[in-house]
Amino acid sequence: MRPVGYVAKYVLGLADDALITAQRLGEWCSRAPEMEEDIALANIALDQLGVARMLLSYAGELQGQGRTEDDLAYLRSEHEFRNVRLVELDNGDFAVTMAKLLFLSVYQRLLYDRSIGVGDERIAAVAAKARKESAYHVDHSSRWVVRLGDGTDESHSRMQAAVDHMWPYTHQLFAMDPDVRALDVAGVVIDPSTLRAAWLETIDAVLAEATLTRPASVDEPTGGRSVHTEALATLLADMQVLHRAHPGVHW
Amino acid sequence: MTLFDVVAAVKDPELRVLNLAELGILRDVAVDGDAVTVTITPTYSGCPAMDMIRADIESALHDAGVADVTVRTVLDPPWSTDMISDEGRSKLAAAGIAPPGRVLLQISMRCPRCGSPATEQLSRFGSTACKSLWRCTSCLEPFDAVKAI
Repeated sequence: MRPVGYVAKYVLGLADDALITAQRLGEWCSRAPEMEEDIALANIALDQLGVARMLLSYAGELQGQGRTEDDLAYLRSEHEFRNVRLVELDNGDFAVTMAKLLFLSVYQRLLYDRSIGVGDERIAAVAAKARKESAYHVDHSSRWVVRLGDGTDESHSRMQAAVDHMWPYTHQLFAMDPDVRALDVAGVVIDPSTLRAAWLETIDAVLAEATLTRPASVDEPTGGRSVHTEALATLLADMQVLHRAHPGVHW
Repeated sequence: MTLFDVVAAVKDPELRVLNLAELGILRDVAVDGDAVTVTITPTYSGCPAMDMIRADIESALHDAGVADVTVRTVLDPPWSTDMISDEGRSKLAAAGIAPPGRVLLQISMRCPRCGSPATEQLSRFGSTACKSLWRCTSCLEPFDAVKAI
């Protein structure tokens, strides 16, 4: 028997990583350091939102309870979200935002690249589309990390602080969710631990060019994708308030 | 004028000089009795114009006397700027928007106004998801360019 419920959980994980990233990047809208950056972050957010919408719709179909993408985005509570904690953390300064985006987008690009070949045509089709957009996100965040890291004393120290601060949260990207690991979902689910070597290679190259040091942290994450920081609660309050106050609202 | 032509002639809401066929996002127009099913593909995953494109297709077909219209979205194969037709590329250039290069062949961006290859990229992300922002260092005019993807 194909464990549909677990595939739905896996798809929700991919969807929520993209959705929460979109929401955080959207917070920069009208506040970015320069106009071009404002547009860039909004565009990247839009790419992530597009992927999230397609995957949320699919997860809703897999669950078979008639839940739409909007139901899943606006009517779930904190513990039902399956994003990694890295993406829900506050934006911090611009260096923190770029560190988060670099760590996530390199992971997403590797994951989407591999997902093109999976035995689920919906996941494969979303991945085939998203990987090309992902390459732009990697490029954009890498350039900023290099520019800030190899910049002034001030920008260097803030970029290093951002990398140090975010680093422990990257481990969860490569942890196979215990909820998903349990069943035979080979051929559909990518084991993220198999992406880690390639991820490190790319990240190390960017950090080296940026004259930054890779932190030595070995903290391993505890808890699966349903465990969150308090940052997610405030993010969801902001993201869901309109829909919850005015159910079914359209504009 | 066939129903395919009716749908093909619908303009893209963001690149107004292109129609859906020239942009390469129209996959199929299937007629089954009185029902017409149109299949399109998005340029970018998050392209915000998709809702408007669907509405425009429906209204174009309604104007052509078709009441029963379904617009379907498919992802596979993913859209690429290589799917923009040659005519579409000429129209983009004529409108001051640099057409994309071929995806696997990175060449310098030419200014769509004066044709100079001396250009610089101001931002990888432009006014819409599909464009980047450039400036010509010969005529000094800024211009949009469709990103190769």
